[in-house]
Amino acid sequence: MSLRIVVCVKYVPDATGDRHFAEDLTTARDAVDGLLSELDEYAVEQALQIAEAADDAEVTVLTMGPEDARDALRKALSMGADKAVHVEDDALHGSDVMGTSLVLARAIERTGYDLVVCGMASTDGTMGVLPAILAERLGVPQVTLLSEVAVAGGNVLGRWDGDTASERVEAQLPAVVSVTDQSGEARYPSFKGIMAAKKKPVESLELSDLGIDAGEVGLAGARTAVEEAAERPARSAGTIVKDEGEGGKQLAAFLAESKFI
Amino acid sequence: MGAVLVYVDQVDGAVRKPTLELLTLARRIGEPVAVHLGPGAEVAALVLAEHGAARVLAAEAPEFAEYLVVPKVDALEAAAKAMNPVAVLVPSSGEGKEIAARLAVRLGSGIITDAVDLEAGVDGPVATQSVFAASFTTKSRVTKGTPVITVKPNSATPEQAPAAGAVEPLTVAFGDAARGARVVSRSPRESTGRPELTEAAIVVSGGRGVGGAENFSVIERLADSLGAAVGASRAAVDAGWYPHSNQVGQTGKTVSPQLYVACGVSGAIQHRAGMQTSKTIVAVNKDPEAPIFDLVDYGVVGDLFEAVPQLTEEVKTRKN
Repeated sequence: MSLRIVVCVKYVPDATGDRHFAEDLTTARDAVDGLLSELDEYAVEQALQIAEAADDAEVTVLTMGPEDARDALRKALSMGADKAVHVEDDALHGSDVMGTSLVLARAIERTGYDLVVCGMASTDGTMGVLPAILAERLGVPQVTLLSEVAVAGGNVLGRWDGDTASERVEAQLPAVVSVTDQSGEARYPSFKGIMAAKKKPVESLELSDLGIDAGEVGLAGARTAVEEAAERPARSAGTIVKDEGEGGKQLAAFLAESKFI
Repeated sequence: MGAVLVYVDQVDGAVRKPTLELLTLARRIGEPVAVHLGPGAEVAALVLAEHGAARVLAAEAPEFAEYLVVPKVDALEAAAKAMNPVAVLVPSSGEGKEIAARLAVRLGSGIITDAVDLEAGVDGPVATQSVFAASFTTKSRVTKGTPVITVKPNSATPEQAPAAGAVEPLTVAFGDAARGARVVSRSPRESTGRPELTEAAIVVSGGRGVGGAENFSVIERLADSLGAAVGASRAAVDAGWYPHSNQVGQTGKTVSPQLYVACGVSGAIQHRAGMQTSKTIVAVNKDPEAPIFDLVDYGVVGDLFEAVPQLTEEVKTRKN
């Protein structure tokens, strides 16, 4: 039987750009170019490696977001995913993690899955809790923040590296996993991959396809509200010296003056 | 005053500092009630009470150590149902955030992660967060259900506030999902004897300029002279020069020490996200154009292999 893998990806404003908030205090998406969240590339990579190691597998890449989010799906398809699902609906604007996870969970169930693979966090929201919430909503085990992952004998196995210990962990499929940026460099799409991606199916879904009420998602359904957003004041310019042989001593003098030594 | 549940983060029964910070923040919005899972509650209760815990709900079961996340969610859910708290606070570790998030789903609540400050508000607790690689500060609120909020280390200075802190047993009935994800084996890491990165008052970091794993001893010697933790940039970690557990930045740790010393770190956005809320920042880098110099209070343009050992010697001399 085919191993059905769904990879959740996010289309985010480029983290190296000058990101800011829109008037309604949601993330502004106009000023900075969007792209597939870098941390989700690791999820796509691990999903592809698991699929390659399986006898028969299908990798579906799933996103929720505006029209442009399709770019993120194209990137994942050009890396090698088989098909894509795009949930797009005006009512989704301003969804918090609870709304987003509801939509993704329903879309995952509709697609059918044995394994859900996520990145460790998005590079814009950076919460890192979506995989756990998906597991809660789907009622399946979670094994998250893995630096190594494999599927064998109907189980998912992995390694988690914490501050005080490393753990080998496992769960029975179906399950939700997330992988860190230590799980292995993501492949670059080949020219052939990019051409092939153009012919791969991208299914578009709206909230009504998922049986979700507009009031459950978007700003209307959000269970959290950003009330203020202020740009952090630039740090005042410091003293910069060129090391003419006494640089270390000069720095020590500064640290002493500042009472650190 | 309503109860504020505080999840206790502990290693082998020793309460970690972020929990004490949470107790201090919890006192601003209600009466702290600590939830301690695993062995050692009686001992932990002493330090929890000293920092304001009015009660300590304790549960002990092998499931907490043998299975991931869900048994702890079951326990916190039982505590929340018993106490009907005004808020639930959890330390912002990877696991802490996941426990909090699943709890929020079960309580029908919203969740805020990685708060750096917390204050009482007319409509419930207001959380301050540092977002977009710390270039913005936001204030947010949970608008539905019991607020569930995770708080980053170093967000408050733990205050002594003696309270009763009586240990009470918490009855937990594990659900079907509790034994879903199993810990097969655990290999403890060797302790370096240095302070924990996210809790340290001083952090000394090395980046690409360090040039190799063997050269990190230069960084470690400076750190040890200052009693500091050692950090590393993503470039240094990706090159295999230093462990990922020491990485400072977006995909590593966020630190906010009194003093951050960046050695051979260029200061890419990914790194800045993890350290730019440090109180004082100094840097040594041979590239005068390195973006790290935009952040520093004091910067030395020069060879780190000259300046850093000289600094280390000078620190030792001045300390003696």
